[in-house]
Amino acid sequence: MLNKEIYLDHAATTAVDKRVLNEMLPYFSENYGNASSVYGIARKSKQALDEARERVAKVLNSKPEEIYFTAGGSESDNLAIKGIMHANKRKGNHLITTKIEHPAVLNTCKKLEKEGYEVTYLNVDKDGLISIQELENAIRPTTVLISIMFANNEIGTIQDIEEIGKLARSKGVLFHTDAVQAIGNVRIDVEKMNIDALSLSAHKFYGPKGVGALYVRKGIIFHSVIDGGHQEKGKRAGTENVAGIVGLGKAIELIYDEFDSYNAHLIKLRDLYIKKVEEKIPYVKLNGHRTQRLPGNANFSFEFIEGESLLLMLDIKGIYASSGSACTSGSLDPSHVLLAIGLKHEIAHGSLRTTFGRDNTVQDVDYVVDNLVQIVDRLRQMSPLYEEVLKQNNK
Amino acid sequence: MYSEKVMDHFSNPRNVGEIENADGIGEVGNAKCGDIMKIYLKIENDIIVDVKFKTFGCGAAIATSSMATELIKGKPIQEALELTNKAVVEALDGLPPVKLHCSVLAEEAVKTAIKDYLDKNNRTDIKIDICSGCCEGCSHH
Repeated sequence: MLNKEIYLDHAATTAVDKRVLNEMLPYFSENYGNASSVYGIARKSKQALDEARERVAKVLNSKPEEIYFTAGGSESDNLAIKGIMHANKRKGNHLITTKIEHPAVLNTCKKLEKEGYEVTYLNVDKDGLISIQELENAIRPTTVLISIMFANNEIGTIQDIEEIGKLARSKGVLFHTDAVQAIGNVRIDVEKMNIDALSLSAHKFYGPKGVGALYVRKGIIFHSVIDGGHQEKGKRAGTENVAGIVGLGKAIELIYDEFDSYNAHLIKLRDLYIKKVEEKIPYVKLNGHRTQRLPGNANFSFEFIEGESLLLMLDIKGIYASSGSACTSGSLDPSHVLLAIGLKHEIAHGSLRTTFGRDNTVQDVDYVVDNLVQIVDRLRQMSPLYEEVLKQNNK
Repeated sequence: MYSEKVMDHFSNPRNVGEIENADGIGEVGNAKCGDIMKIYLKIENDIIVDVKFKTFGCGAAIATSSMATELIKGKPIQEALELTNKAVVEALDGLPPVKLHCSVLAEEAVKTAIKDYLDKNNRTDIKIDICSGCCEGCSHH
């Protein structure tokens, strides 16, 4: 019965690119050697790790020895923040972040607060941008680290990373950015942007799940979080996930080789979707910055309806997206990001995030918007909140 | 995560709408929590001859509203007052634990609507206990 499946949740994860998969396959059963050993097949693994490290470094404009492979974005965030704070206790115990970070950063900060560290959570404006002035005011003599995400996973807002980096450098404070959503969508230069540490995750850009990387500028001291063997220069113990790392390297190289056409495609779909939704559906609000946002991200609040109902109705039509409603967050509160940009709870409950990807088409946008028009109307007809609005309009 | 019954009542909800000049109206929950249920009753000789609902909420909220209205339609109000959230959940072949509060809301909406009918008619012969306000465990009272 269902003849169409449209995946619009690329910020959650992406399918592994076939070219990436092909490059990974030999590292499962043929070149399975442990990269720490000395014999032939082990050397192949070692070479593969070296090549992947070079590929990542090239994209970031860093040195290969500044790249540490991890099991993903969350681990990279933990390693950067805990690692740097624990290793720099002599300088101080204060770190600055924002209210709209991914839980991998927010909950790491909360854990550090329990250990006695002090954390400042910066506000954001209605578009999701921090204030450079507020950041500057928050810096203390004891501030060790600023951790601010490059681009937000829910609303897509891209921060002025270069400005933040410049300020951090001028104040002698280290700067980490969670670039999990930004990789592949923004050109990154850790030198030009004064970034001291950066987290990334392969599965967000058509690489495999369970593998990520952390860039840390040479000379910065940080402690390991996972202790054991000497892998990753002692900063991340455990036999390397060679196939995964190979996949990460290939995926990041491909996404930047194809950067212009890929992002032009995403921007075209995103802007068409935003235009059509705003034209065809009343009482909607675009969340996040209108232009300074991720090429593939659109996040709308549909007033008077609830996000989970919307997702279920879309799912019945074969459309896969996500929401910031409480019912989908697993708690009673809607998304912390939507509340931080000043949305009322009831508006935040009705949010829908659609994140476009390589295989989406203009026809997909048409199909999704046509269905959305009907579904939103249907749910509104069921909603007692909408009933009140209609009555007021008729007065 | 939802049973087939829940998905059926969610995608084809029974008794959606309003009743003009309803004999009893009950509204529970609040928008901040993400759930509002409003139930309209048409009552003749203490029998619920028609019932409609409007709900703002998640899939479980819509499905429990639909099922609750089905369970009380045509019933005497005394019988409708005995409707428990548990009965609604069982009729739907279960709900995920985090969604149980939706069934409580449905039970309360029914009771609130019947109470409205009794109050409008100055009836004191039937007493109703209603835990008014927000959904169970909600932090936004």
